[in-house]
Amino acid sequence: MTPGEELPSLTVPITRTLVIAGAIASRDYQDVHHDAEAARAKGTPDIFMNILTTNGLVGRYVTDYVTGHSGLKAVLRKVSIRLGVPSYPGDVLVLTGRILSVNERTIEISVVGTNGLGRHVTGRVVVDAHPLRSRTAP
Amino acid sequence: MRPASDVHHPLDAHHSPDAHHLPDVHHLLKAFEGRPAAVSASAPDPVNLPMIRHWCEAMGDTNPAYAGDDAIAPPAMLQAWTMPGLSGASSARTPAYDELFALLDGAGYTAVVATDCEQEYVRPLRPGDRLTFDTVIETVSPRKATRLGAGYFITTTMRVRAAGELAGTHRFRILKYAPAPVQPPAPVQPPAPVQPPAPVQPAAPVQSAAPARPARPRPVINRDNAPFWEGVAAHKLLIQRCTACGTLRFPWLPGCGRCGSPGWGTVEACGSGTVHSYVVVHHPPFPAFDPPYAVALVELAEGVRMISNITGVPYDGVRIGMSVDLEFIRVDGEWELPVFRAQSGGPEGAGA
Repeated sequence: MTPGEELPSLTVPITRTLVIAGAIASRDYQDVHHDAEAARAKGTPDIFMNILTTNGLVGRYVTDYVTGHSGLKAVLRKVSIRLGVPSYPGDVLVLTGRILSVNERTIEISVVGTNGLGRHVTGRVVVDAHPLRSRTAP
Repeated sequence: MRPASDVHHPLDAHHSPDAHHLPDVHHLLKAFEGRPAAVSASAPDPVNLPMIRHWCEAMGDTNPAYAGDDAIAPPAMLQAWTMPGLSGASSARTPAYDELFALLDGAGYTAVVATDCEQEYVRPLRPGDRLTFDTVIETVSPRKATRLGAGYFITTTMRVRAAGELAGTHRFRILKYAPAPVQPPAPVQPPAPVQPPAPVQPAAPVQSAAPARPARPRPVINRDNAPFWEGVAAHKLLIQRCTACGTLRFPWLPGCGRCGSPGWGTVEACGSGTVHSYVVVHHPPFPAFDPPYAVALVELAEGVRMISNITGVPYDGVRIGMSVDLEFIRVDGEWELPVFRAQSGGPEGAGA
């Protein structure tokens, strides 16, 4: 892992199930995330993914990469995201990333998530990579 | 199907037609900066494996760190632990936060969308951890026009503690906005006859504004033109006259376009004029106006020209050369505007 290195992309189909399951798992009952009719009344054509789900997907993308790439345990330190276009059911979110810096165990990665409408999310993630601890160790 | 033409991008500044008729309440919102949104609030549930598992299932996150005996919670769940859930009225929120939202809802900014989330995880959360949090309303932005509608960005910062020890910070920004109308074509109604029942004013001129009509844009009044608008308020149409060379000028300007002198006096227009030119506006629609309507360049008897509306004839009855007389209309029950009434005798008749 070196600065400038690109992460392999992650493609996430945005199903209606994902949007709703993500909202409920994050205890976000805003109707725009599960009720299409209510969403339309608020000026948006359909339900859309909530920010907590986007946050969760960005976190998953980075930790999966660090662990898969290095075999180390990845612990998130910071996740900062900004939302752009919404993610509606039927779209596909493609996450890409680039390593910004590596400082001993701390890696900073920029993440961009693009869907059919454009840039859904831009963000920065700081993650620590630790040697895997054996679960049976004393 | 995704309507690609209907992209909502909260961060994309964009002209929003509804911004004009909603009150700008920023001065009221500003007072909420620094006030707490939650004080020593308790998360509804302790950190627990079932909620962690549901989260991981939804996110498709198979990270082994989040399962098993030694599981930690996915750090990105930080906010999820603090969410009030379906019971809604959480005891966590302060009156200040409720007031802020009530103020925005009351002013028409009823919808909400999250735009930014910055989280820092100080220590891992484990099943059994009982969380408390404090939240502060950090900033409220001036009103912004966005593709979703006009609204305010509200930034809050939450500090989450586990057993009294700081476990993470969560900075969150939402846009609280007035939803723009959904139907892409037009927020403007067709002209009156099409409206079915209509408790209408039969032949009333355009100005007897339908109650639901958004307010007309107000004049921008500044040092250079304030006396003009004072004149209008007193039903006088004042033309500037250069005190050095005597040239009349309109609209009002700080200096004479002929000799450059800043000195000026006024001449009251007698009120007679002719239509020098005009256009009929069909598009784009603006909330305060019902297209089509005519916009005329009226040449006053004194020789200067001004842009105004023509009353007393339909939009397609306005003609170049038509004689018109000054009158004042009251706009939105609040302020006066000089317009010109077509002289009776027909559009073609009294060509000056």
